[in-house]
Amino acid sequence: MNPLPCKSAEGIKKLRAIQRAFATGVTRPLTAGHHMQPKWVDGESTRKAVAAFIKPNDRLSSFDRLEIYNRQYWFRLLDCLYEDFPGLRTLIGDRRFHALSVAYLTKYPSNSYALRDLGNRLEKFLVREPRWVAPHPKLARDLVRLEWAHIVAFDGEARPPLEVDDLLDGRDPATLRLAFQPYLTFLACDYPVDDFILAVRRREEPQGEASNAVTEHASRKTAKKLKLPKPEKIWLAVHRSENSVWYKRLEPEAYLICAALQKGLPLQTACERAFRRRKADENFGAILQNWFAQWAAFGWFCRAE
Amino acid sequence: MPANRFNNFTNYGIGIGLRVPHYQHILSRKPTVDWFEIISENFMVDAGRPMQVLDSILEQYRVVQHGVAMYLGSTDALNREHLRKLKRLVKRTRTPWVSDHLCWGSVDGRYTHDLLPMPYTFAAAAHVAQRIREVRDFLEVPILVENVSSYAEFHASEMTEWEFLGEVIQKADAGILLDVNNIYVSSQNHNFNPYDYLNHIPHERVGQIHIAGHSKFEKYTLDTHDHPVLDPVWKMYARAIRLTGPTATLLEWDDRIPSFDEVHREALKAGKFCRNLLHEPVAV
Repeated sequence: MNPLPCKSAEGIKKLRAIQRAFATGVTRPLTAGHHMQPKWVDGESTRKAVAAFIKPNDRLSSFDRLEIYNRQYWFRLLDCLYEDFPGLRTLIGDRRFHALSVAYLTKYPSNSYALRDLGNRLEKFLVREPRWVAPHPKLARDLVRLEWAHIVAFDGEARPPLEVDDLLDGRDPATLRLAFQPYLTFLACDYPVDDFILAVRRREEPQGEASNAVTEHASRKTAKKLKLPKPEKIWLAVHRSENSVWYKRLEPEAYLICAALQKGLPLQTACERAFRRRKADENFGAILQNWFAQWAAFGWFCRAE
Repeated sequence: MPANRFNNFTNYGIGIGLRVPHYQHILSRKPTVDWFEIISENFMVDAGRPMQVLDSILEQYRVVQHGVAMYLGSTDALNREHLRKLKRLVKRTRTPWVSDHLCWGSVDGRYTHDLLPMPYTFAAAAHVAQRIREVRDFLEVPILVENVSSYAEFHASEMTEWEFLGEVIQKADAGILLDVNNIYVSSQNHNFNPYDYLNHIPHERVGQIHIAGHSKFEKYTLDTHDHPVLDPVWKMYARAIRLTGPTATLLEWDDRIPSFDEVHREALKAGKFCRNLLHEPVAV
């Protein structure tokens, strides 16, 4: 085939313009009847805008053809959020969850090739737009943080763990900084969301073993109304052991130590801050030793990069 | 022709896609399967259960990687993080080739998670070919490019889809993952003869074939992968292997997935076509 004369840069510019226009149509929210919006982003007719770059055929207009992609986009992405955030969905109900998801994905379109990352800015979104989860903004935020931590714990990076004897290794606690496994998240919550999410997950069918990124669709059972948790401070480590995700409750001081270490504070400072308010007669040394032995046994510590 | 430089001189036979609902069956019963195709992106994670499952599968089976998110036709820069993770997985699986689609799916850093059609222009073909070369040089394995099913065509197109595919892979010196079902679906949606497509691609570059089920609606046909393979696609498959020779073939079944045995039985039907081809009398 003889290539037609073309200027490569100009051709790529045109290709990019087509891709931008196509993506604009694909990612715009559907109407209530699951159709493509009649108005384009500039307020003009979508039919006219789409006809400029997509051919019709004998059965479908240009609009109809792009609408197929528009629908597929939303069905696929909404399905993914539906599966990744069962706790939030149960809290606000399917209908509101759907509206929230559309608003979230419109504000924060996917910025990763992996569908697994789709919910990585949902907490940020809810902090900025709490109306989507009224009257439960705090509970909703706790749920989203725990559900995102669950995704991270499921398949996040694991580095070679340090044994308890390797932790100090003759170094000065005043300057020693310890690193945690990248898959580990520490959370301070205003509600006992761990129990709530476990109850939700127990009632839903198992999703299989391979992450949220897979394309298989689990069947959806209509959830019976679960009792919402009452406010209660809890501190959690969301971790992985033998390839299963676990929610481990922590003492508040243990959480403070872990959170401080994760921020990069030296060991001694982290411990001093955590125990600032505890009574002086408690055996801090023994408690600390016990905690660190347990955390090391879980494989939580690793070398800093 | 079945074993060629595009599939790393392998002759893998009939495979099926590795899917979550079948993990337990495969790991506990260890059925005899020629090979499994994995979706690369499902295993481009850092650790955890997915990698544990993959390592168990690799102990028993041959695995080939098939990607859905490289977006070879995108005008964004190649995603280096994606490629690094992909290469790490290539080393782990020792896949003889890596495949992905002749499509785009992201623009300006925003991802649609779909396999979107290309306008068939010479500039686009040169652009995609250049990216395929870059990917192959980085991954150091042969790349097979798969034709996608599509529901839209562009005014900007300067050639047919099969001419575009040929142009891209000749320029990139790459192989083809020929999806027979996708050709059929697109032929229904764009009113062309699917055999024109089959007849006019460079058959010597086909390194793998995909077959799958689709769904017909009133005004269009959707590539749903939720059915057994339909008769028109089997007929095209028979024609395809007559042109390419018996080639590594994979059945895709991604939605409403039935039992492992049912999926495997459906895939093995492809073997019958290959055997028939081998036993056909040769004209003298």
